[in-house]
Amino acid sequence: MRFTKDHEWVALDGDVATIGITAYAAEQLGDVVFVETPEVGKTVKAGDGLAVVESVKAASDVYAPVSGEVVEANAELGDAPETVNAVPESGGWFAKLKIADKGQYDDLMDRDAYETYLGTL
Amino acid sequence: MTDEALKTTPLAAAHVEAGARMVPFAGYSMPVQYKDGVLKEHLWTREHAGLFDVSHMGQARLRGVSPLSAFEEITPGDFIGLKPGKQRYSVLLNKKGGVIDDLMAARPDDDGLFVVVNGACKDNDFKVIDKELAGQVTIERLENRALLAIQGPEAAAVIGRHLPAALRMVFMDSRAMPGFGTNILISRSGYTGEDGYEISVPNHQAEAIWNLLLEDERVRPIGLGARDSLRLEAGLPLYGHDVDETVSPIEADLAFAVSMKRRDARDFPGASRIAQELADGPSRKRVGLKVLEGAPAREGAEIADGSGAVVGVVTSGGFSPSLGYPIAMGFVPPALAALGTQLKVIVRGKPQGAEVVRMPFVPTRYVRKV
Repeated sequence: MRFTKDHEWVALDGDVATIGITAYAAEQLGDVVFVETPEVGKTVKAGDGLAVVESVKAASDVYAPVSGEVVEANAELGDAPETVNAVPESGGWFAKLKIADKGQYDDLMDRDAYETYLGTL
Repeated sequence: MTDEALKTTPLAAAHVEAGARMVPFAGYSMPVQYKDGVLKEHLWTREHAGLFDVSHMGQARLRGVSPLSAFEEITPGDFIGLKPGKQRYSVLLNKKGGVIDDLMAARPDDDGLFVVVNGACKDNDFKVIDKELAGQVTIERLENRALLAIQGPEAAAVIGRHLPAALRMVFMDSRAMPGFGTNILISRSGYTGEDGYEISVPNHQAEAIWNLLLEDERVRPIGLGARDSLRLEAGLPLYGHDVDETVSPIEADLAFAVSMKRRDARDFPGASRIAQELADGPSRKRVGLKVLEGAPAREGAEIADGSGAVVGVVTSGGFSPSLGYPIAMGFVPPALAALGTQLKVIVRGKPQGAEVVRMPFVPTRYVRKV
């Protein structure tokens, strides 16, 4: 798993990247009440908006940490947005992207680097 | 604004102790939520009793030869008719009939008028009052007092243990009385739609009273996040969002704040506009919207009619924890303000169905008889 400074995580399985937000981000957001996931087939570049997660307080953008084509969105979040709070780094994933450039993944922070980064916040 | 410039309330240490997440609000460092989070805090208040620090709000005494009649020069309320022991909601109006701020004004005792205004507006409000009523009233800002609100169906039982006299008050009663080992100003009112009280206490006793109330297991501390979702469900406008200097009380669906006697007399700022809006209807009206599908529609989201034409804007909105779906307030033309009107709210470019519904969204539980 790799991490961004915006608190997204990416898990890579072959050329399919699963993307979600970290436990830290989920805790900061508070109770998630709605998630807008991307359409399958949509192409995104690293840094583009990928999803929107809404808590009681506010709407927050989730950015694509890597470029690729959306091959699946987490349909379960429609009925159960609270999954993002319950299991942010597994069942609370937002979308799967088919990626072309694994280098983008390798450039992201690993768990240790992310934990160190959290310590600076 | 840097954190160093933020003011704190006398309860700042108590908030941190309780696990609050502090945010800048109205120039103060304030708790937006505690450990439970906004959703649970909201529901706790609806079911039990929530305790709020609202010490950022502006408290003042207006004194003079006839402070009640003087206050009528800047508001459309019947303050000459305000009886001792009563509180009234009102608005400060500019010359164009726009709202400078909304406020509570009360007669807890014989010491002039006790007013509570919004924290973000207080410096300007007191400047306006001082200027408009120069020579008629003197303003004493009560910066030595904190303000606590306790709200929810169990609030009265909690307060009654310490202050039996409070149980004999009804909604919008206001009293100065000894209580909690000091002198308090207490009103049976609030900003959640629930029964409850707002209690003004000396700064140096605020923390002890806060902690005493929290010892009761029915009471939990509630942050500004839930305060916002609670007032939204209660249909209560938030100044600076749903109401501002361009909005009249008629447009804002606050016509009840324009007293019948004053409507006839037309002797308040902006009376000609307000009289005309009362006679002919305003050009826009604040309505409640139930969002029928999709994401919460928040402040700034456009409102469209059935044909897709933009007809208004959402001024506040979010997910309703009590109802389990998103709700919003916004302005639309009167022709589209009738209950049941089908509209669209545009969220991130996507139209979503919305229906004009009655406010409050959640029934209020004010205690009008004891």
